[in-house]
Amino acid sequence: MGIRFILLVNKQGQTRLAQYYEYLTLEERRALEGEIVRKCLARTDQQCSFVEHRNYKIVYRRYASLFFLVGVDNDENELAILEFIHLLVETMDRHFGNVCELDIMFHLEKAHFMLEEMVMNGCIVETSKTNILAPIQLMDKAS
Amino acid sequence: MALSGMRGLSVFISDVRNCQNKEQERLRIDKELGNIRTRFKNEKGLTPYEKKKYVWKMLYIYMLGYDVDFGHMEAISLISAPKYPEKQVGYIVTSCLLNENHDFLRVVINAVRNDIIGRNETFQCLALTMVGNIGGKEFAESLAPDVQRLLISSSCRPLVRKKAALCLLRLYRKNPDVVNIDGWSDCMSQLLDERDLGVLTSVMSLFVALVSNNNEAYRNCLPKCVKILERLARNQDIPQEYTYYGIPSPWLQVKTTKALQYFPTVEDPNTRRALFEVLQRILMGTDVVKNVNKNNASHAVLFEALALVMHLDAEKEMMSQCVALLGKFIAVREPNIRYLGLENMTRMLLITDVQDIIKRHQTQILTSLKDPDISIRRRALDLLYGMCDVTNAKDIVEELLQYLSTADFAMREELALKAAILAEKFAPDLSWYVDVILQLIDKAGDFVSDDIWYRVVQFVTNNEDLQPYAAAKAREYLDKPALHETMVKVSAYILGEYSHLLARRPGCRPKEIFAIINEKLPTVSKPTVAILLSTYAKIMMHTQPPYPELQEQIWAIFRKYESYIDVEIQQRAVEYFVLSRKGAALVDVLAEMPKFPERQSALLKKAEDAEVDTADQSAIKLRSQQQTSNALVVTDQQHVNGSILGNQLGLVKMPSQKMEASTHNQGLTKENGAVSKVDPEPTPSADLLGDLLGPLAMEGPPAAPVSGEKNMISALEATPDAAGALALATVGDQSNSVQPIVNIAERFHALCLQDSGVLYEDPYIQIGIKAEWRAHHGHLVLFLGNKNTSPLLSVRALILPPSHLKMELSLVPETIPPRAQVQCLLEVVNLRASRDVAVLDFLYKFGTAVVSVKLQLPAVLNKFLRPISVSAEEFFPQWNSLSGPPLKLQEVVRGVKPMSLLEMANLFASLHLGVIPGLDTNPNNLVSCTGFYSEGTRAMLCLGAFACNIAKKGWITVTIGILPYPFHEAEKTVVWLLLIHSFLLVW
Repeated sequence: MGIRFILLVNKQGQTRLAQYYEYLTLEERRALEGEIVRKCLARTDQQCSFVEHRNYKIVYRRYASLFFLVGVDNDENELAILEFIHLLVETMDRHFGNVCELDIMFHLEKAHFMLEEMVMNGCIVETSKTNILAPIQLMDKAS
Repeated sequence: MALSGMRGLSVFISDVRNCQNKEQERLRIDKELGNIRTRFKNEKGLTPYEKKKYVWKMLYIYMLGYDVDFGHMEAISLISAPKYPEKQVGYIVTSCLLNENHDFLRVVINAVRNDIIGRNETFQCLALTMVGNIGGKEFAESLAPDVQRLLISSSCRPLVRKKAALCLLRLYRKNPDVVNIDGWSDCMSQLLDERDLGVLTSVMSLFVALVSNNNEAYRNCLPKCVKILERLARNQDIPQEYTYYGIPSPWLQVKTTKALQYFPTVEDPNTRRALFEVLQRILMGTDVVKNVNKNNASHAVLFEALALVMHLDAEKEMMSQCVALLGKFIAVREPNIRYLGLENMTRMLLITDVQDIIKRHQTQILTSLKDPDISIRRRALDLLYGMCDVTNAKDIVEELLQYLSTADFAMREELALKAAILAEKFAPDLSWYVDVILQLIDKAGDFVSDDIWYRVVQFVTNNEDLQPYAAAKAREYLDKPALHETMVKVSAYILGEYSHLLARRPGCRPKEIFAIINEKLPTVSKPTVAILLSTYAKIMMHTQPPYPELQEQIWAIFRKYESYIDVEIQQRAVEYFVLSRKGAALVDVLAEMPKFPERQSALLKKAEDAEVDTADQSAIKLRSQQQTSNALVVTDQQHVNGSILGNQLGLVKMPSQKMEASTHNQGLTKENGAVSKVDPEPTPSADLLGDLLGPLAMEGPPAAPVSGEKNMISALEATPDAAGALALATVGDQSNSVQPIVNIAERFHALCLQDSGVLYEDPYIQIGIKAEWRAHHGHLVLFLGNKNTSPLLSVRALILPPSHLKMELSLVPETIPPRAQVQCLLEVVNLRASRDVAVLDFLYKFGTAVVSVKLQLPAVLNKFLRPISVSAEEFFPQWNSLSGPPLKLQEVVRGVKPMSLLEMANLFASLHLGVIPGLDTNPNNLVSCTGFYSEGTRAMLCLGAFACNIAKKGWITVTIGILPYPFHEAEKTVVWLLLIHSFLLVW
């Protein structure tokens, strides 16, 4: 199915955004997030951006205090996912203007809207920033 | 920073953020949940805005990991709201909070459908996205035609169609019949002509799913994919918005290249030429640039192109370009590229004959085994494992052994297993093999499964030349101060058999051997004690006529264990003691073990055959390879240890040695009877172990029927004889030519007590199970592992649930690729108590053989029990208030196998019966308290008292009481019967 989940976690390990594309119970999520945070946050810049976890991979990238962690199937193209994370960040940048952790925290709904336009059912649905942001801009105008 | 449109939400988020600790956070959240709950209760006063705000708060709380068990209906109801902002929240929050099986979703199917077929395209998008994310079977049935129509409609705008494509993908996965293959290949072909890159990106994902299932049907789409790739690679007509750091949509390029890997070949010469031109351009034209993003994006495309070239495996020149590139990658500093270089080199090994070129990089790869990054180390290990052969085995295995002492725990098990397999597979000489395995046990005993030491014993037994060497080595290790128990086992076994070959060496006289082994006796566990007793008996046998002093010492030990609590040990002690008084006859009875029969493995033959035609289907093969390597990590450790190694070993050629008929040991009628019964079937490895254990048995299944004379170590009695009652239902179609290599009934029985293990295994497939039980829910994962190098076809799994269970099995793929393991989820809901057992009707084809088995699933009553801990003050009033039948029933169970109270308590614990220690003052009485869960009723409290009288008479009085009173009479009796039944089953 490609992407299994997208997690945004700060360096204290607090979840700032979570979107799962396969259903996990709350306990499973908590356990998973704990394990992943433990595994990924301890890594250094000199290490690669891929971590093998259970039967899938985590592709992650760090921006200041925020970690973007994407769980993918083993046959997914790791570098493509790595750049997809950057595309997400650039999209957020375009909307918020130099996005930071607080923007995502306090605009949880906007972050969700963006993700919703970019990923669906674990697959990439749109990569044009203009198209991704169009519905949000429409809404902003309306209100 | 602009505040969110919803002030209340912002305030709440900021409150939570300001909490000093987890406790404060919890309090704040509980307060908010309480607030939301109250507001939802008097819904009348709630404006849509407020509702929306509360629902976002719920999502936020849920994201933080707190349970939100109410308000789902409110979230769902927003879907039917007339205005976009509310509707949007309804859709998004619903797809985050609920799963596809949630009953509430049914309520909105109509509203969702109305949005999908309605005129408002923003509503269409919302509805399609939600169905795409969480739509289940019911959605597939009722919405698929509408979604298809949107996808191919010319009047629909791209923003709707791209969502329709991925929505259809979801529905297709839920029910493949929604896409009619005949009609769809033409539709797909048209869809691939799409100019809008957003739509094309989604359509390509749908296409990959379709084509991975049936590439033949979509052959007409192949040229279209090549065209898309050409368009992107040449940057023709690509809008700026879809160019990422100068690279035309890298994601679409990757996806399209992936799709092409599902076609076995490209036949049409024009298409082929065009494709190779594009690939050549990518291979040659990707340079390392300064900008990280551009670099990553172009390399993403490059790696996918490499995979496609490897898959097509056609142009020699291109292949060597690929190897050269990968060789460059594994030496760069950039860790991501190094990781991917190693990963792709491993894939390459599987496909083509490039081993020699890859070997040139061996030093570099060995360096990566010591990289500070575990991700890279894992890749290096996999690659080394794959590239190992006779010429470099010594170097690689020794390197692995060296690394073992410093490796992280997470990797040791895999490392030990791989080293053992390689050592056996490519051993230049057998003494080296023995060295390696003993070192392995010494350095990482905890990670060396029993199979590994069984195997070394087997080799030593079968090779006379090796015996003195192995015995000397074993003796050496015994001098080490801290010895792993596995080392004690293997040394004791080998010295028992062959220490007489060392007798002239210093420190190797029988009494010295005995003394050094006996030093370990006080510290080892029961199974090892049993082995040591056998070793002593063997030592006595080798010292005929006996040395009186040594004999006295050994007899003293036998006598000490004569009344030992463990039956196996007790029996050995008693029997060896009696046997040893028979004087010369002892030599006959306890003579050296005969050789193990060497089996030409049918699996091995198949592995060899399959290696010849590896050209096709490599995309699948690649994936399967990855899966097997992961399988080592995923599943239950114990079991993986055993089975995977077993399989591997089964595949392995034994170093040249000739099987001699074991005629020189005719005195050993019994042992020969067991061992020389060579199975004509392809014999799986588990049996090899069985044989090894047969005469020494204390664990594992009985290897072969032992008959005739008194069995000195009764293997059969050591294993619970539970097969009888259950065997009928489990042994499937008698016409099967493929026979299971595990005792199905026994496996079922074992799984009734454990939550994970092997359910079924035959030479081709292994079915493992891992279960989690929560109240009346069961969450089972079935692991279907193909043990072969050819695929298993026409796989079909049907669940035949009894009326008291609701069961749903996720889609089981029709084909299991070679050496792959697939996981299927099975959800179970218990409706009421019953003794019926669910059955898995499993069928597959391998070559010409059709194998069909009916397997009982361990979703039995006791799985829905949860122990409850109570105090004596709570228990006895309840207990005494139950005044005889039908609330309290009593039965005596006779013929119980002797076991200690502790064992009994453990047994109850694995039945989830929750024994409460010390509650009853009489030490022979066990008291238990447990809750039985079924859907729709509250937990039923079951109290039990077990007056155990096993030691003397072998019976137990079982008294069971059930609360609450108004529980349905008939059902209560069933539960009661069932509990009794499950005890009988175990004893």
